[in-house]
Amino acid sequence: MAMSPKREPIWADARLRGFVLQALFLAAVVALLAMFALNAAENLRALNRASGFGFLDQVAGFDIAFHLIDYGRASTFLDALWVGLLNTLLVAVIGIVLATVLGFLLGIGQLSSNWLVAKLATAYIEFVRNVPLLLQIFFWYFSMMSPLPRPQSAIEIGGVAFLSNRGLFVPRIEGVEGSGLFLIVLAACVSAFFLLRRLSHKRRERTGTPLPMLPISLGLLAIVPAAAFFLTGVPFTADIPVLAGRNFTGGMAITPELIALVLALSLYTASYIGEIVRSGIEGVPKGQAEASAALGLSRGQRLRLVIIPQAMRIIIPPLTSQYLNLTKNSSLAAAIAFPDLVHVFAGTALNQTGQAIEILAITMIIYLAISLLTSLAMNVYNARIQLKER
Amino acid sequence: MRFVLSVFLGALALAVVASPASAQSGSATLDAVKARGYLMCGVSDGLAGFSNPDAQGNWSGLDVDFCRAIAAAIFDDPNAVRFTPSTAKERFTALQSGEFDLLSRNTTWTMQRDIALGFTFAGIIYYDGQGFIVRGAEGTTSALQLNGATVCTQSGTTTELNIADYFTANNMTYELLTFEKEAEALQAYDEGRCDAYTTDQSGLYAARLEMRNADEHIILPEIISKEPLGPLVRQGDDRWADIVRWVLFAQINAEELGVTSANVGEMTGSSNPEIRRLLGVEGEFGASMGLTNDWAVRIIRHMGNYGEMFERNVGEGSILKIARGINALWSKGGLQYAPPVR
Repeated sequence: MAMSPKREPIWADARLRGFVLQALFLAAVVALLAMFALNAAENLRALNRASGFGFLDQVAGFDIAFHLIDYGRASTFLDALWVGLLNTLLVAVIGIVLATVLGFLLGIGQLSSNWLVAKLATAYIEFVRNVPLLLQIFFWYFSMMSPLPRPQSAIEIGGVAFLSNRGLFVPRIEGVEGSGLFLIVLAACVSAFFLLRRLSHKRRERTGTPLPMLPISLGLLAIVPAAAFFLTGVPFTADIPVLAGRNFTGGMAITPELIALVLALSLYTASYIGEIVRSGIEGVPKGQAEASAALGLSRGQRLRLVIIPQAMRIIIPPLTSQYLNLTKNSSLAAAIAFPDLVHVFAGTALNQTGQAIEILAITMIIYLAISLLTSLAMNVYNARIQLKER
Repeated sequence: MRFVLSVFLGALALAVVASPASAQSGSATLDAVKARGYLMCGVSDGLAGFSNPDAQGNWSGLDVDFCRAIAAAIFDDPNAVRFTPSTAKERFTALQSGEFDLLSRNTTWTMQRDIALGFTFAGIIYYDGQGFIVRGAEGTTSALQLNGATVCTQSGTTTELNIADYFTANNMTYELLTFEKEAEALQAYDEGRCDAYTTDQSGLYAARLEMRNADEHIILPEIISKEPLGPLVRQGDDRWADIVRWVLFAQINAEELGVTSANVGEMTGSSNPEIRRLLGVEGEFGASMGLTNDWAVRIIRHMGNYGEMFERNVGEGSILKIARGINALWSKGGLQYAPPVR
């Protein structure tokens, strides 16, 4: 029996089939989302409720206690959004830096050969990890409240900074004429220093003798900037806070809300980072430590040059998710009146406009963007420190 | 996060579930309440005198009693109510997404809420205004001395806007700390973080009782805003709004006509035509709303008239001891006035 050549039916092509199915699925998802949006718009109209994004240009009418940019009651809801966003970013950045430093100390401390240090680090991690974050925020906030004095009897720090239950007021440094020039000189000196240090490294690898770094750093980091500072005529003034009536005016205020929030977030997240760092270090094969010891490296050098660089490859991915957690947890700020994005925009602004769908959509997109950008940055860093396979 | 979650779910419900409010004959909400067998009422998460649960979970207060009055009118049973507490921030989304039949939660009637949020306010149960409470030892006797003050309040209310207006108008600076919950706002004030605490004046009387040392605090005389508090319903069911509105009017009319919970039985035999119409002896007023003709008798027998409700919850018979003031009947120099039943 002769086999007649048979054409394959079109659905037998796995690639084409996959493509069509994916396209159909995408279309279904888009259609579903469009249905949600249309249905929501329709229902809002039926309920006689305002919708759209026009409200962003309207006057917000409320004040925000802590703002990094100019803001007052006559500002718009869009300005309020920016204030909230910047406050969230401020808390996230400070929190991440502090949590990372403390987390690494805790992680290394857990593995310390000093019994007391190791046990203290472990006890800290176990305790802090297992108490709800909101409780910790309240604890720091309200426990710093009672011992702090009223502004009238504030604790004076060197006559320029004042600590009271209104917060820590510190002088604000303001540049005057010539400060621009000074900053340019300073930036040039610092970049020259880093450039020379790199050259010095390269030269040492090539010839065995580094550049004379001591006089170079002294000159670039101390003498030249100091000379520029006085030659430009001391181009800075300090706005020192003064007590006027009920509170301090001038200077820069670091409010108890900010302190409590940053403290609680970084102490809490540090306990998780501590565990991540410990597991990362323990994930480096023991032979690496033994080999570097055999080479005669000191304990510090072993950790800094051999162990940590390899541990970082294990540490970075889970560390990234801790950074994201910290950022998202900062939305607990509303509980202690720190005006973060959720509190100002998805809280007060939502309540004044009533446009829940629009405001929550904006807020969610912003958090998504922050998270994705953080992940991107960490992934780039992760790729750089991966094992170089040549 | 609970707030965000509930708002999100509310928004989702709007996006997915809610069908456009249909115009049936009569009141869809009333039909739903009758079929369900109880009223769903949104109240505050704890404000003495207005809606406050005790240790056993029994609610008391003016706003709570008003919900009970509606239940009494519908079911002749003031306990056929389920109370749902909601925070200042959550309340509107919750009402919009149908979590309760009405919101009776010391809520200020404003144009924006009435129109842009799509609600109908059924009346004014308490004429209030925003005020300040301060520590008496600091020597403050007027709100105009609050220049530079740090003020604590709860977020999600009209107070944030009123205080911005007031301090701007009087050329004073201030710093406002808005807390998500009243409990933390009060605690921060009590700990000395703030010079003053601000909310509706009725709320200040309740707040003072929460302080460690209530006698140290004084309520400043200035009222910086108009805060007409009243029950509200979703727009689109006018018949339901009518019922809520007339339950309140019936209680105010009853006080004016001298009908109380004690004498309502014998008052049905009164020869006064106004009383006879109110109590359903004459006319078909209750039936015209989809209720029974003795609707007002039920309300007053169970919950009393407006004056009784006021005295019991916020007035001399309560811990707050707030004077009737502008909440007295119009015939006694106050603002409470109800259209006639005829």
